[in-house]
Amino acid sequence: MALRFEARGAASRAMVLGSPAIAVVLTLAASLVMFASLGTDPVRALQAFFIQPLSSERGVAELMVKATPLVLIALGLSMGFRANVWNIGAEGQLTLGALAGGGLALALYGHESPLLLPLMFAAGIAGGMAWAAIPAFLKTRFNTNEILTSLMLVYVAILLLSYLIHGPWRDPDGFNFPESRLFHDSARLPVLLQGTRLHIGWPIALALAATTWILLARHIIGFQVRVVGLAPAAASFAGFSRTRITWITLLAGGGAAGLAGVMEVAGPIGQIVPVISPGYGFTAIIVAFLGRLHPVGVVFAGLLMALTYLGGEYAQITMNLPNAVTGVFQGMLLFFLLASDILIRYRIRFVP
Amino acid sequence: MTIDFLVAALMTIITASTPLVFAAVGEIVAEKSGVLNLGVEGMMIVGAIGAFATGIVTGDPVLAVLAGAASGALMAFIFGCLTLWLLSNQVATGLALTIFGIGLSALVGHQFVGVTFAGLPKLDIPGITDLPFIGPLLFGHDALVYLSVVSVVGVAWFLRRTRTGLALRAVGENHDAAHSIGYPVIMIRLMAVLFGGVMAGLGGACLSLAYTPLWIENMTAGRGWIALALVVFASWRPWRAFFGAYLFGGITIIQLHAQGLGVAIPSQILSMLPYIATIVVLVLISRDDVRMRFNAPACLGRSFHATG
Repeated sequence: MALRFEARGAASRAMVLGSPAIAVVLTLAASLVMFASLGTDPVRALQAFFIQPLSSERGVAELMVKATPLVLIALGLSMGFRANVWNIGAEGQLTLGALAGGGLALALYGHESPLLLPLMFAAGIAGGMAWAAIPAFLKTRFNTNEILTSLMLVYVAILLLSYLIHGPWRDPDGFNFPESRLFHDSARLPVLLQGTRLHIGWPIALALAATTWILLARHIIGFQVRVVGLAPAAASFAGFSRTRITWITLLAGGGAAGLAGVMEVAGPIGQIVPVISPGYGFTAIIVAFLGRLHPVGVVFAGLLMALTYLGGEYAQITMNLPNAVTGVFQGMLLFFLLASDILIRYRIRFVP
Repeated sequence: MTIDFLVAALMTIITASTPLVFAAVGEIVAEKSGVLNLGVEGMMIVGAIGAFATGIVTGDPVLAVLAGAASGALMAFIFGCLTLWLLSNQVATGLALTIFGIGLSALVGHQFVGVTFAGLPKLDIPGITDLPFIGPLLFGHDALVYLSVVSVVGVAWFLRRTRTGLALRAVGENHDAAHSIGYPVIMIRLMAVLFGGVMAGLGGACLSLAYTPLWIENMTAGRGWIALALVVFASWRPWRAFFGAYLFGGITIIQLHAQGLGVAIPSQILSMLPYIATIVVLVLISRDDVRMRFNAPACLGRSFHATG
């Protein structure tokens, strides 16, 4: 008996939603094997990963804290991915957003004004956009591959962060630690739930998801993004400018990542530290795909991926599992998702 | 004194460039067959930890290098299964391979942090390696350096001069035509992808066994991506990739020496140089749209599904 893939007449809508579910189940099955081979009790490990973090109010709040940057970044990235614009440098754009917004908080230290936080947000968005504008410019002007340029800029951004906190921005009273001083209270995001770190970033991310949904479904830009991605030739016949779409999607992705960055430093972290993000910019790529490049899907996928981060921390504390398990988890999930996506366009036939 | 310093600097440039040569030349073969594998970074880092772990456990450098190659190939096999049989998007799958590889290597490498490896044995021909200047430069390296040069010669010859190389290029230029005259498109691509994995794994092995003979999480530090940029820079030609790799190795080492000599530029700014240089070089080479389209394999990044 042999397996054959047979093309479907039209893409299966059921499988668009079914494939992430299949991928999650397969990832769980594979992780049972992984934990067993690491010599830990697989059932206990999965419990530590996925059940324990959600068993307290604090855990649930923490889940939303971690989902905030993931959802924000993935919203921007999924717009680009729809148009075949591959911005994979969100980690760098996040860093620049954190530096621009956080830099403003340090420069205006002690100025108590209700305008400070909005200004920091604007600076963060501008910082992320500026960093994303480099690959956009090089792509549209010199035809340079945006995958490679946006990724190279991640390393440049992280080195810039390192330079600033080892040099000019280092806290003079910080015992020589490479950290900035703590932000003033007026430059910190308001906490929504006492006793947790849940801040206003989460509702902002949800609101942006709703806005993006309307934009993609109802606005001409959303339509153009989809056509440029699905049928480039049709798009150019219709007079849609590929250059314009490249700019819009990269700036949107960069701006969203920059906002996520400033929210991280003004929210849970409260200062500029050497490692601002545990790879949110890269994980957001998985979130975008898992969420089917759709704003609503991105919110759910963001929560799921946030759970892998949170579970990784729990498993590290309670079971002494290395934190890297999270990365393996995330990678496996994306593998299985991409593999099951074949069921959208093909059906499996057994040929005797 | 200055001669000694120059020799030492050139030696480190060679050590720093060899991983890039391996990874870039392997990716050229994969891309020539029409497969864009963006997972070079992931294959390299898994190759690095595979080689390092084997080296520490067995103490045998030969086994270590082989394990590096095998680890890279295993990663490439995952990529091949997904993109060639399950027709997944090559860009997304390559990214997944990198994310997975970085996680997996950190997980395995967890127990090897802080251990050092003795390094690879160096060629030492009495009387010849001791010659001033050219002695150590030509006859004083480990086997991987020589293997990297051999691989460039071999791949250049294979792609240009052999029938199989021609078939591989045909598959990369037009997979439908190649299929219709009877070439096994999927098989050829799988072999090319696996070769890319072996080479990326060897590149990783160079890093963890020779360049910095110890395991550091994320130690490839973007070299896999630089190798991808080198392929474009080299217009898919092995010899140009070789020189490109040495250019980047040179920049990396020169900025390291500048840091050591206490140049008044902060070390972080100097460390940005290789990445900025990559962007500059990419811009210069891709400016010419016509030339890019002429050089790139026409079916690069496109899935093939035989109907009927």
